[in-house]
Amino acid sequence: MMPELGKYAVAVLSAYGAGIGLIAALVAVSLWQSRKVRAALRAAEARRGRVDG
Amino acid sequence: MSIWEYANPKRFMQTSGAILPWVAGLTALCLGLGLTWGFFFTPDDYRQGSTVKIIYLHVPSAMMAINAWIMMLAASLIWLIRRHHVSALAARAAGPVGLTFTLIALITGAVWGQPMWGTWWAWDPRLTSFLILALFYLGYIALWQAIEAPDTAADLTSVLCIVGSVFAVLSRYAVNFWNQGLHQGASLSLDRKENVSDVFWVPLVISIAGFVLLFLTLVLMRTRTEIRARRLQALLVREQMG
Repeated sequence: MMPELGKYAVAVLSAYGAGIGLIAALVAVSLWQSRKVRAALRAAEARRGRVDG
Repeated sequence: MSIWEYANPKRFMQTSGAILPWVAGLTALCLGLGLTWGFFFTPDDYRQGSTVKIIYLHVPSAMMAINAWIMMLAASLIWLIRRHHVSALAARAAGPVGLTFTLIALITGAVWGQPMWGTWWAWDPRLTSFLILALFYLGYIALWQAIEAPDTAADLTSVLCIVGSVFAVLSRYAVNFWNQGLHQGASLSLDRKENVSDVFWVPLVISIAGFVLLFLTLVLMRTRTEIRARRLQALLVREQMG
């Protein structure tokens, strides 16, 4: 299944590794930040709800 | 219905929440198809050999590195003129996405350039303007982090964005008006005169669509996070005061 990359195999694989790795890292960080902020906001809104009443 | 209705954070959250799963799904489809097709099912180029497969990452990321800055410029201008907070937060959300695309373009370009040009780097007009664009992205993100007052941060980063657009435009057109560089002309053009062969062109267009959708997905998701973070900050301030 793996294509024959010849003498440029290292260049092609490292380009794909770096590109896909950076995209995956950005998606992971964005998801993590989203979940963290959403959880903190829910907690703050719950506290506010208790105070208001 | 006016586009300015989406400047209302509540309206933006409702609409973006509804379309985000669809855009994310389409992103995965296009990106997966484009990159898989390009990597596994395209032939080698007679001059570049298998390194031609790098264009499926390099060309879309380079295009989106510039387009992300142009989107940030539009959002910054909307902020400066109309003072819509969502547009300022959208510009902020796009910064790290644009930086990542710029880094991918620079890294994949260097990895391709080493076997093809015999060097990782050259002070070529397009490469140099791209490096400066990456530094502008870093400066833009750092400026948002450095200023506590959100409106002041939005004002100053908007001005930086306007200045940086010179390099975004320069990155796109550098190969057209400086002929002494190593970098070849545009791989894709609207008149199709310089287009690559169809066997490479179809998966390349799908990859570009995947990168455009990835940008849209991430900016929507990150803008939603920024809006929530702004609301959280307001609640925490209220708690401290109360």
